[in-house]
Amino acid sequence: MNRLRQYQFMFEELVKRDFKQKYKRTALGMLWSILSPLLMMCVLATIFGNFFGKSIEHYIVYLFSGQVIFNYYTESTNGGMNALMSNAKIFTKINVPKYLFLFSKNVSALINFGIILLVYFVFVWLDGITFTWKFLTLVYPIVCLIFINLGMGLILSALFIFFRDIEYLYRLFTQVVMYGCAIFYSIDRLPQHIQNVFYCNPIFVCITYFRSVVINDTIPELWLHALLAGYAIVLFGAGCYVYKKYNYKFLYYV
Amino acid sequence: MSILKVQNVSIKYITGDFKSIGLKEYVVRRLKNNYKVNEFWANKNITFELERGDMLGIIGTNGAGKSTLLKAISGIMVPSEGRVKRVGKIAALLELASGFDGDLTVKENAYLRGALLGYTRKFMDETYDQIIEFAELKEFEDRPFKQLSSGMKSRLAFSIASLVKSDILILDEVLSVGDGAFRKKSEAKMKEIITGGATTILVSHSLHQVRSMCNKILWLHKGKQINFGSDVQKICDDYQAFLDGKLKI
Repeated sequence: MNRLRQYQFMFEELVKRDFKQKYKRTALGMLWSILSPLLMMCVLATIFGNFFGKSIEHYIVYLFSGQVIFNYYTESTNGGMNALMSNAKIFTKINVPKYLFLFSKNVSALINFGIILLVYFVFVWLDGITFTWKFLTLVYPIVCLIFINLGMGLILSALFIFFRDIEYLYRLFTQVVMYGCAIFYSIDRLPQHIQNVFYCNPIFVCITYFRSVVINDTIPELWLHALLAGYAIVLFGAGCYVYKKYNYKFLYYV
Repeated sequence: MSILKVQNVSIKYITGDFKSIGLKEYVVRRLKNNYKVNEFWANKNITFELERGDMLGIIGTNGAGKSTLLKAISGIMVPSEGRVKRVGKIAALLELASGFDGDLTVKENAYLRGALLGYTRKFMDETYDQIIEFAELKEFEDRPFKQLSSGMKSRLAFSIASLVKSDILILDEVLSVGDGAFRKKSEAKMKEIITGGATTILVSHSLHQVRSMCNKILWLHKGKQINFGSDVQKICDDYQAFLDGKLKI
């Protein structure tokens, strides 16, 4: 507890720095981070609306659910990947807990996600969906997603120290995840065993949770909750393990 | 009671081309059994002990392993073998001019650095004026950090770091900072900290400085401990003779 208070100031200053770095103090900076996913969504809605819009109810919200969650995932993990490397000059000179660099990068991605989430709910409302108490359960997938992102960030930032080409490999990986998220289509018509493969993707599970609550007004079954918690625990645990194990080895590779 | 105990500390560095090859190449080389890393001992069997109030000077030519040893003492690195036992809070001031953010202002950087060094916000609020005054950067405080000259950067770094309060203080040639006028000021400040009673470790290339300030001395050469003791003048004489080529080790 005492240690936490000691690091609080450090953490706040790091968050401030990352935030300023990201938006470069421009007025449009913040706005752009909302505009760009919105524009992307417009494009997707225009193109795929004609293909899938007729068979999927509330297609705009369906699409936006996928888009907003997937975007948060990529933004947070891509930012996180650099967290250790870009602070190498600091942690080779001063003894500081290295995970703080990653956590602070995640905060700005989370703030961004929060803002886009507000826009998302405006769209939900415009689409004629009524808000019910069940919306409160969305906190659950969000919390799980935060831990999944932190875990991925920890693993990636550590890997990036050892292997510089992770950046390119991860870009490829993200593409696969993107198509495996069923952002703009539905997996209902796929055979069961292929549908099962989709559930190996934590981001897809998150999106499914969102769609189920927002569009169908149903809280998913217990096994989906368990699956999501499982992903969060495994990924975050693996991330912590990597940091613990290599804490003093990063130094040799930067 | 000893405040710092360094027992048989050895530190192994790995070198080789692993840094630039990336994951794909790494996997290929692993499969071909062609992956090699070279080991190299930056420190080998270093042993010494310091009491409260001691002032240790570490001397040695470039590549003697001085900075590596300091990193192990300050806890940034863990020794590959042996152990370091310390009592109380430790602060290491190693080449501090790097690690600032170019786009943040001078003031923001000062706060960030203070936070990283473990100061509290309250402490920074109270001492910020003093820091900026000492660094003579008042008129630059809202400028982006990248606009400063390198001398100004190290002046700021020194001013923040010199407020540190610790039981063990490590100084890696930070005494020589800035231009003539500032150097005098910083040396005076340093002396003030040292006489404050903390146990201090000083790495220096200036034998004059070591002779006049230190009561213990450690001589390293290519990672090995050549000598350690409290006979500062004798060891300095030996080191000087070695530098002049009169003494072989």
